[in-house]
Amino acid sequence: MKQVTTPNLLGATDNTPNEGISSVGGHAQFTEMHPPLDARSALVESDRCYFCFDAPCIEACPTGIDVPNFIRMISNHNPAGAAAVILQENIMGGTCARACPVETLCEQSCVRNKEGDKPIQIGLLQRYATDTAMAAGETFFTREPDSGYSIGIIGGGPAGLSCAHRLAMLGHQVVIYESRQKTGGLNEYGLAAYKMLDNFAQREVEYIMAIGNIDIRHGMQLGDNISLSEIQSAHDAVFLALGLGACNMIGLTGENSQGVQDAVDYIRQLRQAEDLSQLPVGSQVVVIGGGMTAIDIASQTRLLGAREVTIAYRRGAENMKASVKEQEFAQTHDVRIMHWAQPVKLLVEQQKVVGVEFKSTDPTANQENFVLQADMVFKAIGQLLEPIDANRNIQFELEAGRLRVDVERRTSQFGIWAGGDCISDGDDLTVSAVQDGKLAAQSIHKFLNGTRD
Amino acid sequence: MADLTANFIGIKSPNPFWLASAPPTDKAYNVIRAFEAGWGGVVWKTLGEDGPPVVNVSGPRYDTLYGKDRSVIGLNNIELITDRPLETNLQEIAQVKRDWPDRAIVVSLMVPCEESAWKAILPKVEDTGADGIELNFGCPHGMSERGMGASVGQVPEYVEMVTAWCKHYSRLPVIVKLTPNITDIRHSARAAKRGGADAVSMINTINSIMSVDLNQLAITPTVGGKGTHGGYCGPAVKPIAMHMVADVARDPDCQGLPISAIGGISNWRDATEFMAIGASNVQVCTAAMTYGFKIIDDMVDGLSRFLDSKQMPSLDALVGAAVPSVTDWQYLNLNYVVKAQIDQDLCIKCGRCYIACEDTSHQAITATQVNGERHYEINDKECVGCNLCVSICPVEDCMSLRQLNSEVDTRTGKMVSGEYLNWTQHPNNPMS
Repeated sequence: MKQVTTPNLLGATDNTPNEGISSVGGHAQFTEMHPPLDARSALVESDRCYFCFDAPCIEACPTGIDVPNFIRMISNHNPAGAAAVILQENIMGGTCARACPVETLCEQSCVRNKEGDKPIQIGLLQRYATDTAMAAGETFFTREPDSGYSIGIIGGGPAGLSCAHRLAMLGHQVVIYESRQKTGGLNEYGLAAYKMLDNFAQREVEYIMAIGNIDIRHGMQLGDNISLSEIQSAHDAVFLALGLGACNMIGLTGENSQGVQDAVDYIRQLRQAEDLSQLPVGSQVVVIGGGMTAIDIASQTRLLGAREVTIAYRRGAENMKASVKEQEFAQTHDVRIMHWAQPVKLLVEQQKVVGVEFKSTDPTANQENFVLQADMVFKAIGQLLEPIDANRNIQFELEAGRLRVDVERRTSQFGIWAGGDCISDGDDLTVSAVQDGKLAAQSIHKFLNGTRD
Repeated sequence: MADLTANFIGIKSPNPFWLASAPPTDKAYNVIRAFEAGWGGVVWKTLGEDGPPVVNVSGPRYDTLYGKDRSVIGLNNIELITDRPLETNLQEIAQVKRDWPDRAIVVSLMVPCEESAWKAILPKVEDTGADGIELNFGCPHGMSERGMGASVGQVPEYVEMVTAWCKHYSRLPVIVKLTPNITDIRHSARAAKRGGADAVSMINTINSIMSVDLNQLAITPTVGGKGTHGGYCGPAVKPIAMHMVADVARDPDCQGLPISAIGGISNWRDATEFMAIGASNVQVCTAAMTYGFKIIDDMVDGLSRFLDSKQMPSLDALVGAAVPSVTDWQYLNLNYVVKAQIDQDLCIKCGRCYIACEDTSHQAITATQVNGERHYEINDKECVGCNLCVSICPVEDCMSLRQLNSEVDTRTGKMVSGEYLNWTQHPNNPMS
């Protein structure tokens, strides 16, 4: 059987830090994936915008941000106005500016592409506006008079925070039940570190919470120290923003061996690490999966000094959930992407993983199995919805293993809404979670007003 | 390559590009650098009468209208005439002219509106060997408060009078520089001609306030908390200058009066346009103050190639070539009918043509979806051929105008004959 090794293109040896690493206060940290625009560059870039009628970028944005309007405000030296336009549709405009796959959303729809030109850098302009406004301490939202209603939100990630903020604006009292010690969900624990420098997730959480009337209780684990029925009885409506739990299994023997890990667990550790140089990283890393998580874990471990990093994906490049730009980002960071490679066996010696055997699924090529040596194997093949009500008293309709919701984000259970990664049509993006939370809040508000009439 | 040699009222220069009277021509150092770079001539920065020189502000003298990419669209200045001693300037003019005999040196002058003042300075200028004089009747700030510059240029009788003095007391050719800060520049041009001027140059700068500093709530440039209007120039003033040049070029009373064009000329194309509408040569300032003297390379090369492409052996064929195209509105052909059209292959679906026409014009463009894509079409029944959509379309050549010929205009329901019919002949004209 063939032994495949990855050529080390950079010639880096073992744990040699890459150019993507810098030292901040003596601690190793990633450098920024897309450095921000300065004021002058933002002016020049904003002037490229054609201010399209009924602009396609608005339609392409899951939260429907009025992109031409905010860009025009930047070009007219009004970044605060621009930030207000962004945040009124997307309270996490700051994170989305950093983490959105704009190349498949707003920037893909930009009419400049049709000219064979580069699209407007909408993501970076959005970041310029929101960063400028946040740095200046600009706030744009006030609460309506207290409604007397209280809403329980389970999960303090993007969907939960977005819903909470909108509900607070509408005059409602909100309690967020969060299992972890920090608020922010995947913004804090999941997004790649090189997208979210300088503790941005926490700064944004503070910015959002400043509206008031949002009470957050950390360490509340559904089914452990609190139940859905308890939350239901304490509030007038409930919004589930649970995210997803455990990683999918590959379904091979040896999955519990040392060196085989869930990508999301490692990224969580990485995001919380003060000094990246203290993180354990393998020498030969194999990542199984084809989504953004696969790209993120592969790029980050390579940046951390792994000698060889390979993403193995069971289908072709066009099937990968990670955008072409994300794939290129990984590849230009010396990560190899192998398509048409399905893991069939984990090679384990003394309880430690030493390699993965793959079969080729490429219908057009040699079907011979091959082995990638590995001392670290990451599973990045999606996560599962965890049980919501351990007692099974409250049953939800599911679709593809996740909660089924209607257009207003109502679940099959009366008085319970849901959004973010835990719902069936979620596309695992912060921006979609924010939209879910916003729509749910509007629906909850309508519902509560209806009950009062 | 075409011959760019210019002969402007007997003043010869290797090309028709002169630097206008302004900071770039204030002293020998700059003028020599300009000649080394290849400029055909200069109009030396305005000299005043003998005695203590004028004093300029030591605060900012310029302010700028920028494009979003910080390109200079317009420049405004509150600088006065030369603030160097008269004798120094005269000596330098004489020396430079001796060293650069093939280049044109014209001296700009501004002294009080008294015959004795002109009589005193003219021989001194003539002694330098300079090729001609330009009368600064245009400077709109500072000097005009002292009864000079624009305050002379705004009164045709004064223009005529001073021009006549200069013709009387000097053998040098006289160019009268006109101010645009008047209602109809033809009156000043005619006055210059009556006074015996050999040529006019136009336009001087336009009265302007550039902006208000919104932090200080004070106009700019701000000199110790206060500002004053200045003279506006640069690319932004070109359309205004073009109109004035064309007006004088086709004025029956000004026939035979050569024009040296000034006003936002930044490159060979601008220069060529000005010459086509009647200027015999051009003067440049703002573009040089933005980029330096090296811009002359493009001007010379571009104009020369253009003449070649039009098979024009020299500048004479170009000067005034477009003047016959300038007419009054009442003589435009009302039977000339065009409709907008969109090249769908070039269209990027920005929808700007649609919203401009819908919100501000004739509702003659439809916005629909075709195969899930935005689609814009001209509705000939509403299109008046106004050219707004073509003007604001961000893609070159995507939108254009199509001329109707021997077909029915669906907007009016009438057959388009194309037969010339102007307003003076039109049945709707009560005077026809």
